[in-house]
Amino acid sequence: MIKVEWVYWLVAAVFLVVAVLRLSDRSDPKRLGSAAFWAVLAFTFVYGTYVVAKTAPPVIEGVAVLVLVVLAALGFPGRGSTDTTTDEQRVGLAERFGNRLFVPALVIPVVAVLFGAVLAKVSLGGRPLLEPKSETIIGLGAAALVGVAVALAIFRPRSVVVPFREGDRLLGHIGWAAILPQFLATLGLLFTTAGVGDAVGRVTHAVLPDGQRLLAVVVYCLGMAVFTIVMGNAFAAFPVMTAAIGWPVLVQQYHGNPPAVFAIGMLAGFCGTLVTPMAANFNLVPAALLELKDQYGPIKAQLPTAVPLWVGTTAVMALAAFPR
Amino acid sequence: MWVLLAVAVVVVGFALRLNAMLVVTVAGVVAGLIAHLSPLRIVEAFGTGFAGSRSVTVFVVVLPVIGLVERYGLQHQARRLIGRLAGLTAGRLLAAYLLVRQLTAALGLTAVGGPAQAVRPIVAPMTEAAAERVHGPLPERAREKVRSYAASADTVGLFFGEDIFVAVGSILLITGFVDTTYGLKLDALQIALWAIPSAVIALVVHGTRMLWLDRVLGRWVAAERPEPAPAGEVAR
Repeated sequence: MIKVEWVYWLVAAVFLVVAVLRLSDRSDPKRLGSAAFWAVLAFTFVYGTYVVAKTAPPVIEGVAVLVLVVLAALGFPGRGSTDTTTDEQRVGLAERFGNRLFVPALVIPVVAVLFGAVLAKVSLGGRPLLEPKSETIIGLGAAALVGVAVALAIFRPRSVVVPFREGDRLLGHIGWAAILPQFLATLGLLFTTAGVGDAVGRVTHAVLPDGQRLLAVVVYCLGMAVFTIVMGNAFAAFPVMTAAIGWPVLVQQYHGNPPAVFAIGMLAGFCGTLVTPMAANFNLVPAALLELKDQYGPIKAQLPTAVPLWVGTTAVMALAAFPR
Repeated sequence: MWVLLAVAVVVVGFALRLNAMLVVTVAGVVAGLIAHLSPLRIVEAFGTGFAGSRSVTVFVVVLPVIGLVERYGLQHQARRLIGRLAGLTAGRLLAAYLLVRQLTAALGLTAVGGPAQAVRPIVAPMTEAAAERVHGPLPERAREKVRSYAASADTVGLFFGEDIFVAVGSILLITGFVDTTYGLKLDALQIALWAIPSAVIALVVHGTRMLWLDRVLGRWVAAERPEPAPAGEVAR
């Protein structure tokens, strides 16, 4: 069986190569701290395997994570090398390679989909080929390997280090924001442990008057959106709001159609995901990847859609989810 | 109730634009302390949480490929390709991408797009090229807007497409949570069907806004362009 942990080790290998590249770049004044950041991160990806398997003490992973925070607060990792081909060179290269340039980029989704949709159904000797529930991630890892191989075959750069130098250049643009989504997921876990969800549920109960179906729908959908904005994740908001209003009020009291109430409630939460920096992987990381000066650019592009979409979604629930 | 203080830390921290990693850490520590966790347990929670959330960072494995194709001129080729397609504007391209992203996500092909795999190498440069072909060189503000819109087309398309596919995480979460907590037997297909109205609204609203981008860009570029000197001035 192909295990998802292999992909995490692959990610660790990328971070480790970047750390070595930073360390060997004597022109970079931040090279020591930057190399340390990527090296510690590589460590957390490998050591994390044993934390998840509960065969190693999680406190060591925790300390490593706090080291990452300290390094990030001190301004590491730096941008590093921006050394690549010049604009003029690229015009010439584009002329030479033409549409073959798209091949490695298109290989990635093709391979990823092949794994997620086809190989995910394959079993060998009664056991699934890919670790269940991780097919997409395994597919992405495999796609990256095939993509690099295809790109090297097409472009034949001087050395195999070239793709990693380019990866280093892109990671330099993103900086510590690359792991912010992972960090926020960690925070979500701590919030849940600490009972933030229960507290919000109690507040909702206190403010919701009885006998107002439309109001209850609005509070459920608004609660999903607001709580999603705070937690950055509609999945975290759903159990709380559903336990507070969705089930006891909308389904039990007003006989709402459960699939409609729950499906639409979740989508109302997604409207919140569109506008919160807490959903870093959807909103802040794209801004860093696209080298935007305004890190809230994608959120600003999504806000005018999120508001009418939330109104429409809430209206669909109010109009279609209840018996007439 | 005090635990909501930790939420306030996040909101205030983001509002003050402090280092996000630091804000998140402080909020986590505050939440842990209010819940009477020992410092050791808090550090452990950071460790287990971080290890358990590694999947969201896996996108970095494609960066070497993306960097390499950029090095060999992908963006320029995207520009040349767009240059040949008459009638293709930035807005129309993004509206089309939104539709494709929604449809493929609805079929369960969520890995087809993504900011690292698709937006940075292909969608954003093509959109910029289409905008430049119509409006000429883009001022900085317009370039930022085009890129932000490209990212938004990907995100909106994914969110409001994937819920139509029955085997996606959010539907599994809904059925899993509701069935175990309330003893229902929900049909995943029913839930997926109720995602269609919002998907249509998302396509109409966001698609219209993508198409509207062309007008906004036209206005911005016209405003930045220096006024042509009156003919008499030039003659003298």
